[in-house]
Amino acid sequence: MESTIIEPEIIYERPEALADTVTHYCPGCTHGTAHRLVAEVLDEMGLQEKTVGVASVGCSVFSYNYFECDFVEAPHGRAPAMATGVKRVLPDHTVFTYQGDGDLVSIGMGEIMHAAARGENFTVVFVNNAIYGMTGGQMAPTSLPGMVTTSSPLGRDVETTGFPIRMSEIIANLDGASYVVRRSLHDAANVRKSKKALRLAFEAQERGLGFSMVELLSNCPTNWSMTAKDSLTFIKEKMIPVYPLGDFKVIPTLAELRV
Amino acid sequence: MAKELLKGNVAIAEAAVRAGVEAYFGYPITPQTELLEHMAKRMPELDRVFVQAESEVAAINMVYGAACTGARVMTTSSSPGVSLMMEGISYIAGTEIPMVMVDVMRGGPGLGNIAPSQGDYNQMVRGGGHGDYFPIVLAPASVQEAIDLTVLAFELAEKYRTIAVVLADGSIGQMMEPAELPEMQEVDRQTPDWATNGAKGREKRLLSSIYLQPEDEEKTNLRMLKRWMEIEANEVRFNEYFVDDAEFLVIGFGTAGRVAYSAVRAARAEGIKVGLLRPITLNPLPSERMADLAEKAKAFLVVEMNTGQMLDDVRLAVSGKAPIEFYGRLGGVVPFPDEILEQIRIMAQQPPTDTNGHARQRWFERMAVLD
Repeated sequence: MESTIIEPEIIYERPEALADTVTHYCPGCTHGTAHRLVAEVLDEMGLQEKTVGVASVGCSVFSYNYFECDFVEAPHGRAPAMATGVKRVLPDHTVFTYQGDGDLVSIGMGEIMHAAARGENFTVVFVNNAIYGMTGGQMAPTSLPGMVTTSSPLGRDVETTGFPIRMSEIIANLDGASYVVRRSLHDAANVRKSKKALRLAFEAQERGLGFSMVELLSNCPTNWSMTAKDSLTFIKEKMIPVYPLGDFKVIPTLAELRV
Repeated sequence: MAKELLKGNVAIAEAAVRAGVEAYFGYPITPQTELLEHMAKRMPELDRVFVQAESEVAAINMVYGAACTGARVMTTSSSPGVSLMMEGISYIAGTEIPMVMVDVMRGGPGLGNIAPSQGDYNQMVRGGGHGDYFPIVLAPASVQEAIDLTVLAFELAEKYRTIAVVLADGSIGQMMEPAELPEMQEVDRQTPDWATNGAKGREKRLLSSIYLQPEDEEKTNLRMLKRWMEIEANEVRFNEYFVDDAEFLVIGFGTAGRVAYSAVRAARAEGIKVGLLRPITLNPLPSERMADLAEKAKAFLVVEMNTGQMLDDVRLAVSGKAPIEFYGRLGGVVPFPDEILEQIRIMAQQPPTDTNGHARQRWFERMAVLD
């Protein structure tokens, strides 16, 4: 009998910049996907040894556990200020912040706006899941109108709590920003697009083009009280209409770049 | 270097530059703004980092980030701005990294005014931010001392991986007097072995103030306390004047201590045997020295530009071994030497013997005549 031996070929493995550890994120959460994409980009661009990440406060407070690079841990909302301090002293290093929507849009609004306005040459990974995850599901400035959270139990009432804030659109208006886009992590095609956007954001930084930010629409099955699958559908059907995907600022040098 | 006529704020800034500060982050606030302005000019011309932040909150967190890289960094502000910085100060303390800050105090609380005050003694000496930590606090009484203590602050901060604060008041910041600047030092680019500057050829590092396990946080707090006890044992600094044969002792820091010095000299000219203890380190305070002096002094007079914040610490140090009186001016009012001289005369004419009651209460009753 003739046998055919098929040589195993590794086609998918953990990026070197991603730590080999157990996750603390809830089952079905897209933080893990976002982490992996960032780690893949660090690998591809060979940045791991010169990168300093800046963790924020929220579920991503532990993001430093998942990357094989130096990290600092910022106070709530202050990651862009801390990243400014790191990058100004180490201009040849790669610096990125990893922030959620409570951190970046609420308490850290001042720091993110001014870092972008100054054209600070670092990259912001902005994970928007429209809720405070770590503290157990309170309303965020990005929560959708009518969204039920533990601090808007009758649904977000825009009359008293205001309207969702579209950060990418706002920051794209600042001259210091070089690359500002919104992507989503709800399906494979969009995950691939998110990866490409992250690559371009880090490319912008490596070229010294100034502030870059990728907003990633993400889920929170636990605090949205949904199955993981339903939460991805929620992103597609409910979040994208409020937070349209797109490129809000791509400076010409970057637009010509093929990755 | 020859002496030159220097404004306190500018002198502090230039002293920091010459001490090799690599990055400065600040926000304009009176009465320390000239300090920021001097940095805005000097740092870029030396190819060092200067950022005018969008707020004191951002400034202190920029300092936090820059300090994590192992660079020699500083920020400066004045009372209301320092209140805003307390978040970052607590994080920096919890991360156990060196940082120098200057607080040029003004009248408060709240917006208060821009006149010289010592109302932030408790805020700085007690730490001010949340959690258990102990900043070194240095109090200059002249432009020269502001220069010297700024240089010392960097040395102490780096030696003990701690926060060192130069606590000046508005008059030190705004006053001009002859002083000598240090020689220019080369920036020391050696990176400490805890710095987060890219994990090239080594294990990754994390700088954080987070210790989720209470036992780990307790260990961290004890480690910081141990370091503080070393500081208490080694870094107490003070100046004394006419103390050897003194029957009465005045205690005051910063500008209040300097004005008290004029009053003590005048009292000596009148034949009153009075001396002055001027703490230079407010934290650690020269408490042991105060206790020693209490053995032979008939009475103490504490003079401050606040409601007696250090007074409480002097009372603890003296522990009832000698009567204590207090004299304070508040809200940005600087006492005249004559006012303090009058208090010294009263003390010498009718030496207080009672260690009961509180000096603040008695002072308040005397002050009531101002109404």
